[in-house]
Amino acid sequence: MANLKTTEKKTKAQSMGLHTEVLTGKTQQKFFNPDEAENFYYWGTYDVDFNKRTELDVNDMDCKEANKKIDELMSQGYGTIVIKNPQGKHSLGVGILNKLNLIFEGSLGYFGVGSIDGPTVRVNGRVGWSCAENMMAGKVVIEKNAGSCFGAAVRGGDLICKGSVGARTGIDQKGGTIIIGGDAGAFTGFMMQRGRIVVLGNVGINLGDSMYDGTIYVGGKIGSYGSDAIESPMTKSDIDWLKRKLKVAEIGEDFDVSKMTKVVAGKKLWNYDALEPTEKKGAI
Amino acid sequence: MAKKKNKKSSKKISKGQLGKKKETAREKMIGQTIGYRYDVNLLPDYSRITPFLKKYIEAMGWDDLNWLEDVHMGYEEDRPAVFDRNANGWVTIPKKIKLPNNQQDRDMIARELLVKFQMSPNHPLVDLKKAYRKF
Repeated sequence: MANLKTTEKKTKAQSMGLHTEVLTGKTQQKFFNPDEAENFYYWGTYDVDFNKRTELDVNDMDCKEANKKIDELMSQGYGTIVIKNPQGKHSLGVGILNKLNLIFEGSLGYFGVGSIDGPTVRVNGRVGWSCAENMMAGKVVIEKNAGSCFGAAVRGGDLICKGSVGARTGIDQKGGTIIIGGDAGAFTGFMMQRGRIVVLGNVGINLGDSMYDGTIYVGGKIGSYGSDAIESPMTKSDIDWLKRKLKVAEIGEDFDVSKMTKVVAGKKLWNYDALEPTEKKGAI
Repeated sequence: MAKKKNKKSSKKISKGQLGKKKETAREKMIGQTIGYRYDVNLLPDYSRITPFLKKYIEAMGWDDLNWLEDVHMGYEEDRPAVFDRNANGWVTIPKKIKLPNNQQDRDMIARELLVKFQMSPNHPLVDLKKAYRKF
């Protein structure tokens, strides 16, 4: 339970009797040990070998069976798994919390490869709504187009679509990088809080609507800016990072990144002031 | 004239001095900091990557820092710390670790320490997994 601690130094608001206590002890006081061993292994994950390869035909399996089978193969040490005949099934390859090379020979349905933490995924087809939702780490490459809500609430890692994507790409994004080789629909970067979105083509209306933070780079035309999304000058650091990232993403290596438009939050919607409701109450 | 200029510039807070920014009137009034005290959107400078991080990237089969691009050295109760999303808390840097006054280098150290901590058998998630893991 959090401890209540009285602050010694009184601010103007506190002396007015609006706020006298702060909550402490909400986090655990953990310290790094600088002499920690280098083991490159997360406890509880499978130690897989990328050179150990296998194929899995999911034609007659439902998503639950297929995902269980992938887990079973990882437990046997397979580091490269090729999924045959995914046939647009929903929720395939979700919840993989391991390093892995996963290749889908076909298209995925809704919520493909969601909540993953670590694997490198390649989809040699299209994907439906909410691909890689809540992704924590890893790399996902989509060879063709993607549906709406591509990379919703992504927290980390690289999510790449070589084709075009639907609306609300990177909605509620909290980290990581989303790269689109083609065009993106309306409300791209909607309520984005952190991370980066790179669109080499055009974007639809309301780009970065209500974004709190993060950065959006656009190579083509912008339909319109959303609330609190503003243009910002490109820096050398942006250009160097974009060149490197597009090379890693296997798209747009020859693209002139210096001509891209950088969009950031105007920070007018920032409302991190926890005392505001109390003050409002006092004012009434 | 030149001497006066030098005096003025020495008083200025440079961008490299982390955690020290001029308080706004609003911040003074409410007694808390608004927003971050470091640049959360800072893109990593790959020329400053540490040998450990290079090995980690190779072991994971990635081409760059991947999720670690979003990891920065922050602050917890006025002390340098890194947020560990797996433990859902800030992990404080011990005083004996000397930190450079440059955010790029500090971020690289933060990334290295965080990875080492997460892969350690002493990580709090290990006990949680032992107790609650279903499959």
